[in-house]
Amino acid sequence: MPMPTRAQLLWMYEMMVRIRDYEETMAKVYLEGKLPPHIQKGLAFDIGGGPIPGEMHLAAGQEPVAVGVCVHLREEDTVCGTHRPHHFAIAKGVPMPEMTAEIYGKVTGLGRGKGGHMHLFDAKHRFSCSGIIGASLPPACGAALAAKLRCTPAVAVAFFGEGATNQGAFHESLNLAALWKLPVVFVCEDNKWAISVPKSASTAIPSNADRAAAYGMPGVLVEHNDAVDVCIAAGEAVERARRGGGPTLIEVKTDRYLGHFQGDPEVYRPKGEVAELRKHDPIPKLLAQLRELQVLDDAGDAALVARVKDEVAAAYAFARSSPYPAPEEALQHVFV
Amino acid sequence: MTAPGRRLTMAQAISEAIGHEMTHDPNVFVMGEDVGSYGGIFGATGGLFAKFGGERIIDTPISETAFIGAAIGAAAEGMRPIAELMFVDFFGVCMDEIYNHLAKNTYMAGGNIKLPVVLMTGMGGGYSDAAQHSQCLYATFAHMPGLKVVVPSNAYDAKGLMIQAIRDDNPVMYLFHKGIMGLPWMAYFEGSTTEVPEEAYTIPFGVARVAREGRDLTIVTLSQMVHKALLAAEELAKDGINAEILDLRTLVPLDSDAIIRSVARTGRLLIADEDYLHFGLTGEVAAIVAERLDQVMLKAPVKRLAVPGVPIPYSRPLEQFVIPQVASIVAASKQLMTARIASEVTA
Repeated sequence: MPMPTRAQLLWMYEMMVRIRDYEETMAKVYLEGKLPPHIQKGLAFDIGGGPIPGEMHLAAGQEPVAVGVCVHLREEDTVCGTHRPHHFAIAKGVPMPEMTAEIYGKVTGLGRGKGGHMHLFDAKHRFSCSGIIGASLPPACGAALAAKLRCTPAVAVAFFGEGATNQGAFHESLNLAALWKLPVVFVCEDNKWAISVPKSASTAIPSNADRAAAYGMPGVLVEHNDAVDVCIAAGEAVERARRGGGPTLIEVKTDRYLGHFQGDPEVYRPKGEVAELRKHDPIPKLLAQLRELQVLDDAGDAALVARVKDEVAAAYAFARSSPYPAPEEALQHVFV
Repeated sequence: MTAPGRRLTMAQAISEAIGHEMTHDPNVFVMGEDVGSYGGIFGATGGLFAKFGGERIIDTPISETAFIGAAIGAAAEGMRPIAELMFVDFFGVCMDEIYNHLAKNTYMAGGNIKLPVVLMTGMGGGYSDAAQHSQCLYATFAHMPGLKVVVPSNAYDAKGLMIQAIRDDNPVMYLFHKGIMGLPWMAYFEGSTTEVPEEAYTIPFGVARVAREGRDLTIVTLSQMVHKALLAAEELAKDGINAEILDLRTLVPLDSDAIIRSVARTGRLLIADEDYLHFGLTGEVAAIVAERLDQVMLKAPVKRLAVPGVPIPYSRPLEQFVIPQVASIVAASKQLMTARIASEVTA
């Protein structure tokens, strides 16, 4: 499989910078209104407080999975994401202002504030996600089935965590996709932790890529949290799906820099693990490659980073300044 | 002996109850996601892993069908498993085990198989966790024959009801509201933290608790809504309205007699519920009263407060609008005080 083009490398780098800035900004603003002394006495944290209440699952560290796959996708391709969805959504082209407004619960959001951070739906950019583990695989099969029945060149991608691979939905979907030769790519993000349970305590074999053989499809293990490696593996899988060659299962060993959710005490995680993981940050790694290839110099990088940060800041500003829906709107949209 | 004034959160009371039963009965064990070193996402197994180890406090893969099904199989062999479904909303991935097997096997076996499983689960909204992590759903389980359904409102009840659940030879759904567990990371109603005796005790199923005595109207409720009702009752008292609050504690079995006794005295009934309005708890309670109007003289039509036929929305103003609040209980109660039944209207 060919190496990524210079344009693909640059796209992936810019997208990873965007996602990282988005997630780090979210980690900060999420804490607003959630800490003492502004909350109930005796609490260390109040998950329901502040402008962004509820659970918050961030993907800092997992950017290579999203960008390495989505670099191959077109607007008509479908992506089904997880409860930790921002990196997939951004890489798929979901507009950040509307997505952020949704996360703020504002009426300008993707779902007019009804869905929130785990339930982002963008029909135009063919993106959806779910707070239920393993829920991405069946609808990706459905999108792929639709493409097959309509004879379009579209493909579908299901992202899911390694914890999801022990759900029935995973196994049933893999069989269905292989049986019907669906144009779908299954991408497992192995960040090693299903909340507090390490992969070794949840799955009897080390690599989910090996499970592909049981369903009659190729299985690929990407051993490093590296955008180029993911891009190469995903390129082959997407191409196979587009030409009617059926599904592929890819597992990427990636890293979760933050808690399962923001506010997670992470008592289960060995001390120093995250600091060690951050030494292998995929973003500076790709930047070094871009420099070496003379795609980007220091001035070019500074301009890129500044532009991307402005975009992210504008998305947050849009969300913050948008109005809430009227309370009575809660009664709308059960049916259309 | 219990130290006087020892207060526990509901989470602590539940884990203490489980620990007590595990100490005395080697057949009791716990399975679920993050129940081990994490102590359960909502603290219901806090401290148990350190005390009993991973052989009896078992972290599972995210495989609810497999481990809840395994609880059924182990129970059929004489074990007394406690399985934790992290959020009740996740019932969707394992409902076949719950409803087609856990709830039915004893009946289909003509009573020859006992399934002493406790399926405990977190429920409830109010903190913007949206449609897949905020439901109550106890009425869904109560609707289906074969499951006892326990919904405690405070630490004292939580412990006694959990021990009763573990000792029961039937499947018990035990639903705790996240907003009364006393977690250090989620606002909660402090009335749920109570004095709890150190020794084991049981609270029988099917016995409602009068959480507040009153003569003007009856508020039938349960779980976190008990605390909202208590706050509402304080507001109402300022206007001279004296509300009686009945905490159902269990839906299956349901203490119908307690409802009738109270409504017979007050003549006015408000049912306050955080589950869905349609085909649910509020309708069931209203129907029970309607069926026993030979014992009850209503002064006003029955009123119901519940989530009005929509999934739980994420955005705070939307969620606050659909989940009954203290203010909505106050308003509904005041309406009840001025409402009249048809015979009085036409008289």
